[in-house]
Amino acid sequence: MGISKWDWETGQKTVVESLSPIEGHGWQEEPYVSPDGETVAAIVQVDEGVFSVRTNDTVWENTFDKIWGLKFSPDGRLTAICQQDMEWVLVVDGEPMGETTDYIWETKFSEDGSVIATMYKGMERYGVCVDGEPWEELFENVNQYTLSADGAHAAGVAQVQSLGQADIEGFKKGIYTVVVDGVRWPNKYLNVWGPAFDATGEHVAAQVRPSVHAYTIAVDDKPWAATYGQVWEPIFHPKDGSVVAPVRVAGKWGVAKDGNILWEPRYAQCLYLQYGKPGNKLWAVVAPSYGEFTVACDNAAWDVTFPVVTDLVVSPDGTRAAAIGNEDNTNFRIVVDGKAWDGVYDMAWPATFCPGGKNVAAMVEKDGKRIILVNGKPFERSFDMAWPPIFSEDGAKVLIRAIENNSYVRIVADVARF
Amino acid sequence: MSRIADRKVADPGLANGVASLTPEKIEKVVNQVLKGETGAKLKVYQETCMRCGLCSQGCHFYMSHDFDPSYSPVNKATETMYELMNKKGKVTPDQIYLMAQMAFTECNLCKRCAHYCPIGIDTGYIMSMVRRICYMLDVVPQYIRDTSHSHASTMNQMWVKDDEWIDSLQWQEDEARDEFPDLRIPLDKEGADVYYSVIAPEPKFRTQLIYQAAAIMHAAGVDYTMPSEPGWDNSDMCMFVGDYENMGRLKRAHFESAQKLRVKRIVMGECGHAFRSVYDMGNRWLGYKNSPVPIVHAIEFYWELIQQGKIKITHKYEKPVTIQDPCNVMRGRGLMDKLREVVHFLCEEVVEMIPNREHNYCCCAGGGVINCGPPFKNTRMEGNRIKAEQLKATGVHDVVIPCHNCHGGLEDIIGYYDLGMHGKFIGDIIYELMEKPEL
Amino acid sequence: MTEFYVFVSGPLAWIAWGFFIIGSIYRLVSMYALAKAKDGSSLAYMSLPYSLRSILNWLIPFNTMGWKSDPLMTVATFLFHIGFLLVAVFLGAHAVLWDTAFGISIPSLPGGFGDAVSFVVIAACAVFAYRRLALPHVKGVTRPKDWFSLILVALPFVTGVLAYHQVGPVLLMTTLHVLAGELLLALIPFTRLSHALFALLTRSYMGSEFGAVRHAKDW
Repeated sequence: MGISKWDWETGQKTVVESLSPIEGHGWQEEPYVSPDGETVAAIVQVDEGVFSVRTNDTVWENTFDKIWGLKFSPDGRLTAICQQDMEWVLVVDGEPMGETTDYIWETKFSEDGSVIATMYKGMERYGVCVDGEPWEELFENVNQYTLSADGAHAAGVAQVQSLGQADIEGFKKGIYTVVVDGVRWPNKYLNVWGPAFDATGEHVAAQVRPSVHAYTIAVDDKPWAATYGQVWEPIFHPKDGSVVAPVRVAGKWGVAKDGNILWEPRYAQCLYLQYGKPGNKLWAVVAPSYGEFTVACDNAAWDVTFPVVTDLVVSPDGTRAAAIGNEDNTNFRIVVDGKAWDGVYDMAWPATFCPGGKNVAAMVEKDGKRIILVNGKPFERSFDMAWPPIFSEDGAKVLIRAIENNSYVRIVADVARF
Repeated sequence: MSRIADRKVADPGLANGVASLTPEKIEKVVNQVLKGETGAKLKVYQETCMRCGLCSQGCHFYMSHDFDPSYSPVNKATETMYELMNKKGKVTPDQIYLMAQMAFTECNLCKRCAHYCPIGIDTGYIMSMVRRICYMLDVVPQYIRDTSHSHASTMNQMWVKDDEWIDSLQWQEDEARDEFPDLRIPLDKEGADVYYSVIAPEPKFRTQLIYQAAAIMHAAGVDYTMPSEPGWDNSDMCMFVGDYENMGRLKRAHFESAQKLRVKRIVMGECGHAFRSVYDMGNRWLGYKNSPVPIVHAIEFYWELIQQGKIKITHKYEKPVTIQDPCNVMRGRGLMDKLREVVHFLCEEVVEMIPNREHNYCCCAGGGVINCGPPFKNTRMEGNRIKAEQLKATGVHDVVIPCHNCHGGLEDIIGYYDLGMHGKFIGDIIYELMEKPEL
Repeated sequence: MTEFYVFVSGPLAWIAWGFFIIGSIYRLVSMYALAKAKDGSSLAYMSLPYSLRSILNWLIPFNTMGWKSDPLMTVATFLFHIGFLLVAVFLGAHAVLWDTAFGISIPSLPGGFGDAVSFVVIAACAVFAYRRLALPHVKGVTRPKDWFSLILVALPFVTGVLAYHQVGPVLLMTTLHVLAGELLLALIPFTRLSHALFALLTRSYMGSEFGAVRHAKDW
């Protein structure tokens, strides 16, 4: 993703001196920053009913009737969903990408950011639009779309059969299936949820409801023989093509692999399965007992539990993991390798491992101030606003993007300084 | 005493479901649910219920039908769940039809009878489990079943497509800017204090409620956001259908959408049942003891804003009003004092219905009964004469109703009994009275 | 007859107590095990303060919606339960048994008062029976089980009063009374009367849910 090409010289630079709205602007909305921290952007009202995007101290030349969904791609391009004359288009770095249409939403990127996609609606038909090109075949409805890692493929859940008002029998015959690059799977299901690609982008797995009370996983339209009380998101093994998913059996959750039980169902909850890159270990958030959540690795749960656990992050080599524990959205803790860091916070963002997996960083919030933590230790000062930290490739430095005293600053700090 | 068999209502969902049942299938499914999903709670209820009948007066159906014992909570439990337990599931498809009708349309799961049972039997829970069995037998009234299908497919109750949701918000934002030029409905604003959630009928039919909420948020200077992606609908008909699998899926989507936006809490509009779904049913199915993200009901939220002096009104509402106490936020969350403080802040004169607070009578629409649709409208109208009498006795014309279901239910009753009254959300009144910019 | 009385008031009494105690323990333990296995999402909310709050409020006559809704039933059930406990435990003749059988010395009711209370309990049972026969919302849900337990609790009182007032052969009446008492004791865990074991728990659970989760009264 070109991280190595970013400016990694230790120190601080003020990118934008004053974040106050530029003179003449009616208002300026909340700021977004580029991954490399060199650009801060916000939607601005330049005149009544006229909007544009401010990037650092400049403003896009083009203006629009409406703008929303500002997002930076991983490669640093700034995208916004813009409306002009009742038509919508994705605007990338100030220039429209593709033709305008009735509606677009849900901008997504390939891992490296080279491919940009949105949901697309034209003439009441739905599909995915990749780099400005909508699918050739559109559907009555498409949702829950996803992009493959390289962005070469897109899949979603499509309604392939119309349904009359309150037609419950029609629904039970199945009206949904998966569409990959605009081509539908032959089978229909009562429901389909969360299609997911494998690492190559060649295969798709999804949660399906083949009959009213049965739930299972279908891989490339082939449902597992076994069905369950409920299933959650399947994931592919990064190498061998096998698929695992949390499954519910007799009121307890476990994990099934290719239709066979892998983790015997014994949890009150099990979700967010993840492998590291080598696929050596399988991680999940689990609840060993009612109301007590933690992380499990290969079916062995950590001892520490919280009322809520979210944002499981696995180190690149798959041997370490971090997660956020909290008490019903208060008293947030960062938990790494089964141990909670000391601090207790009002909010926390997902932790990140450095590429080597040795260091862990995260952003948290306490008393309205954003704090950057590395291995549990806070950066020397906190900020009015900040974004999650990013490690340099060698893991020795961390990029901090923050706002203090109404200035947007970009800080490169040595990990050793924490 | 009337009999449920004498008041059988034709419904395709019930009829088609029953048509494909065999006694063997019924027996198997009933025992599966009883053994697999119920435990000591139900067993003890069945065993210790002394059949004393004290619960009867707790039920608005019983009161409205001239004390017809067929409608007493204990009778409903006896004719459905206790029968299934005693017979170990050996009942006929016809009986299942009647049990389903009783469980889905003659009990609002309002739990008022809990105030009447000395032993503490939760008839609402018992009837929910009857519904669960009926759902597992595929015997569910058509209209509510359809909403649960919508929930499972779109994560909202009304088949609202992803773009239609965003479009509705942007439309309301546009409309509101005529009145409040710098008003925003901030989408996906990470780290906001408040995540505002609504139910799908709002973008579908009652967009003025979104408008009003946005106006109030704007005037009060609340740091809030609304999500652009599914999860925005807090309603949950899967819960009332007995489709717990998708109730869990739905609540996951709701909670996760708030967690993803790193908000402090969810504020929900004036809805009752959604509240039940987040603190009582959905969260528990997912294994969470409480709501993983705190959910603040509009009543409480408005109360806070008033306490903090953030809602400024030009004058008080002059006509006398009465207050409908919605079950799911009174018996469900104890918001009766806050509701009264809010209404007294806004209105000159309040005439209470009797009984009130947690002893209120249900609107007869809740528990998914209104969602069972037109075939059962009469069930609701005749089943809540007591509410009509209660309303009439206040002698006022305006009813403050901080719940969508209660709104639908009371408006129907007001029409049916020709009471000449009108329901208002708190948001309606605040919006009407609040200081607005001079244009 | 005397031998039979000796058997009834001796070994059979121990057997009845055995049924009651072991049966009660068995019922409570197995129910708790079932609750732990199946009702985790209910057990998790049990709260002692809110349990007590609920129990106390329901111990006050006419304090709850239920008690207010049916004054005759409320008076009857309070008198019945208080009377039942008073007579069963503190009646003069029973106090003697506590002493001889368990070596526990407890105060006893004056004879006339105990007699009066027994009549009150019988009258309360008559109210229960009247409700089951005459009130449609009670009659409709009354099953043989309900009659059985009502007869089961009424019998010791009826026979007791007869024996005390020496109506009929005293020894026979006394034997019948002891038998009826033992039958009642032994069957408490296995009939509707098991509410004696479970009602506090169901009340506590409802109190906990309403108090801790719902923030509302459950009365």
